[in-house]
Amino acid sequence: MEKFQEVKTWYINRFESFERGLNGESKKPIHKFRKQAAGKIPELSFPTIRDEEWRYTDVSPVLVHKFDLYSISSTSDIIKKQIEPFLFNNSEYITLVFVNGIFNAGLSNIPAVTENVLVMSLKEAFEKHQSIVENYIGKNTAADSGIFSEMNSAFLSDGAFILIRKNTVVEQPIHILYLSSTESEIIIQPRNLIILEDNTRASIIENYETILHSLYFTNAVTEVTLGKNANLNHVRIQNESTKAFHISLSETAIDSSSVYTYYNLDFGGKLARNNFNAKFVGQDAECNLNGLYLLNDGQTIDNHTMIDHKHPRCRSNELYKGVLSGKSRAVFNGKVMVRKDSQKTNAFQSNKNILLSNNAIVDTKPQLEIFADDVKCSHGATIGQLDEEALFYLRSRGFSLEQARRTLVSAFAENVVENISHKAVLDYLEQIIQEKLRNENPLSESTVLE
Amino acid sequence: MSSTEMQELEQFTDQEYKYGFVTDVESDTIAKGLNEDVIRVISRKKDEPEWMLEWRLKAYRHWLTMTEPKWSNVSYPKIDFRDIIYYSAPKSVKKLQSMDEVDPELLKTFTKLGIPLEEQKIFAGVAVDAVFDSVSVATTFKAKLKEDGIIFCPISEALHEYPDLVKKYIGMIVPSTDNFYAALNSAVFTDGSFVYIPKGVRCPMELSTYFRINEAKTGQFERTLIIADEGSYVSYLEGCTAPMRDENQLHAAVVELIALDNAQIKYSTIQNWYAGDKEGRGGIYNFVTKRGFCKGVNSKISWTQVETGSAITWKYPSCVLQGDNSIGEFYSVAVTNHKQQADTGTKMIHIGKNTRSTIVSKGISAGKSNNTYRGLVKVGKNAKNARNYSQCDSLLIGDTCGAHTFPYLEVSNPSAKVEHEATTSKIGEDQIFYLNQRGLSNEDAVSMIVNGYCKEVFKELPMEFAVEAQKLLGVSLEGSVG
Repeated sequence: MEKFQEVKTWYINRFESFERGLNGESKKPIHKFRKQAAGKIPELSFPTIRDEEWRYTDVSPVLVHKFDLYSISSTSDIIKKQIEPFLFNNSEYITLVFVNGIFNAGLSNIPAVTENVLVMSLKEAFEKHQSIVENYIGKNTAADSGIFSEMNSAFLSDGAFILIRKNTVVEQPIHILYLSSTESEIIIQPRNLIILEDNTRASIIENYETILHSLYFTNAVTEVTLGKNANLNHVRIQNESTKAFHISLSETAIDSSSVYTYYNLDFGGKLARNNFNAKFVGQDAECNLNGLYLLNDGQTIDNHTMIDHKHPRCRSNELYKGVLSGKSRAVFNGKVMVRKDSQKTNAFQSNKNILLSNNAIVDTKPQLEIFADDVKCSHGATIGQLDEEALFYLRSRGFSLEQARRTLVSAFAENVVENISHKAVLDYLEQIIQEKLRNENPLSESTVLE
Repeated sequence: MSSTEMQELEQFTDQEYKYGFVTDVESDTIAKGLNEDVIRVISRKKDEPEWMLEWRLKAYRHWLTMTEPKWSNVSYPKIDFRDIIYYSAPKSVKKLQSMDEVDPELLKTFTKLGIPLEEQKIFAGVAVDAVFDSVSVATTFKAKLKEDGIIFCPISEALHEYPDLVKKYIGMIVPSTDNFYAALNSAVFTDGSFVYIPKGVRCPMELSTYFRINEAKTGQFERTLIIADEGSYVSYLEGCTAPMRDENQLHAAVVELIALDNAQIKYSTIQNWYAGDKEGRGGIYNFVTKRGFCKGVNSKISWTQVETGSAITWKYPSCVLQGDNSIGEFYSVAVTNHKQQADTGTKMIHIGKNTRSTIVSKGISAGKSNNTYRGLVKVGKNAKNARNYSQCDSLLIGDTCGAHTFPYLEVSNPSAKVEHEATTSKIGEDQIFYLNQRGLSNEDAVSMIVNGYCKEVFKELPMEFAVEAQKLLGVSLEGSVG
């Protein structure tokens, strides 16, 4: 019955050796958290396409590999010069660099800000702020968040820890850079804990990049907690190796009058699956969700989002856009839940896709579940190709077909990111987008409009 | 919510189901339960050809290997399939030569329901096939239709008189192994309507079937098969009611529509099965498989449904658009109240080139009900220039009900254009105020707003049905908003 029993046993055994390797640390309270998650794994199964939440994405390609844990001894020495391309040409940002999931202090840049801003590796936070970590970790993840999330918890070892204390504004963006550089098939399981207390503002960039375009598996979990009146700009860039697998879970809790703006940008990965869950835990709050996925030949990207309106007068705006070329597949499954007492909710959701090839597939499922009557909710989805009239217009002004297409596609894509306020990040993203669109194997003849 | 609003909501929930009577007709009923012998009995009672029995048994054997689907957004206690009577027929039904021989009790029932069985009383131009529990009791206007070569008769009769036609098309688009309830239906179906429109014929009148569940503990499993041959046209209506009972009754029908080259089928349903009382006791489980097959080029199938009854409605009238340039349409109004549950929508499967589909779905939830739209639009790899437009709106009345929208869009052809839009809203206070100001009572105002909201769907219904649907909606929504 259990299809992936063998690989599950593999990870269970990896946990045992991981536990032995912890030495003294396994006595610490945080280890209870790991043990608890590890204890659930034997009971859980890896999802198959028979599971409604996974019906369009077959994870068996991930599960045929036996990814090993990364051991520090096999580290490739990354020098500062190698990470420069990923730093937005900006040395002012607070930067946490992780190589193959392990914090690298030498490459990071953590200027002493104020005591109200704590930015460090999670490992360090275990030592210095044990009670805070214990208080927040696993708090936002649902009890049934699935086997991948439990695996992340079980192998919890490192990640970013950011705590902004009350009444603080952090001007510099905080950049979390996960860099993979591996020749062996490893599993990287970062865990990020981001806490903004009341009356705070910050910008965070969570960035997954690669140096060697190799095969590995990232299984990330990010937990974000916003207090009252907090404002967080969160940009997540997934630009992994196109041979790699990326599965992520983001759990966000938003309290009263806070504004959470999230950019979920996927460019890399052979198979990427993002689960994003946001819940309002107070009223009058706002969640803006902007997604972009650009797929070339051989890629599958699956975004599952869930916004849970539990309190009155909250607003959510969701826009996900995708461009697909080659033989690729994009999945969007967005759910907006408006619970009984969340009157005066405004929720908008939209998913737009452009197919550029005959072999690309889009499966989209925007869902609304509403239990309150005084609400404004709408959702929409479109799947299509470039507007012929717009193409004609550009061509009549002397653009070549190729130029016209590229202009329209980039306008379509860049529209998602254009409100990112940090110029350096925006430039960086535009560069990735352009590069990505160049690789789309332009004008495979069959896609030319007839 | 203010107390007057609550009162009015309650008033609304006190609405009575006016078709809840039981008819006292002697029935020929077989014992409860299901096994191969029961299927043999049904087949023998109907005097069916051998191949039909084989077909049923094959479906039954397959059914045994299947498990009940669980994915829908409805909940109900497990159905005990051994506790259902699979065959019940009014005793006096045998070999009717003319309307005069129909049991007067039965005629009275259908008159009460407003179904004019007696030909002289019929309002112009609707041919009716009435199905009582498991069997068809009367079909009107048969002879007149025959002149044009149109076949309109109970499917049991068609099995005798046109076995080749039935054999050719039955199970073509809903195979006997399609899903749990379709397999069950294939094994035990007892009657239903059969329609064949010959080449180039435009059916001169609306065809109609009226379904009635009367006997307690029975399940109704009818099977409708409509074939529109090349260049033909037919409009078909279906209505349903059942008595009020405390237990739930299962209705698992299968409807197959097949449109050949240039043919058009328009299928309209007004479903008003007993919905249970306001505590959610009793009512019909309406688990139906309806599918249309646009087999030929330029063919068109259009579904229109007004779903107001049933404790649970769970169905997706679908179109498989195989012929190039074929068109599928789906117009739906689904109203749920009390503790009713609905998980309904459509599937549009685009296979051929230049195929088009339109979906307009209007959900209205009130009381403590849950109303779900679930729809699939699938564009296959070769469905060049396929086009779909879907619009799904939900209206909530009160804050104890739920509205859900689950559209599935699966596209594998770049030339396809697929759009989905959905909104959720309530009746605006300003809208009511505006109409009050012009002298309309609250109830009239609500009725007017809701009817306006559903207009896009109602205009697709044949005229007589549109009037009935509007009335039905007006009645169900009385006093729902303060």
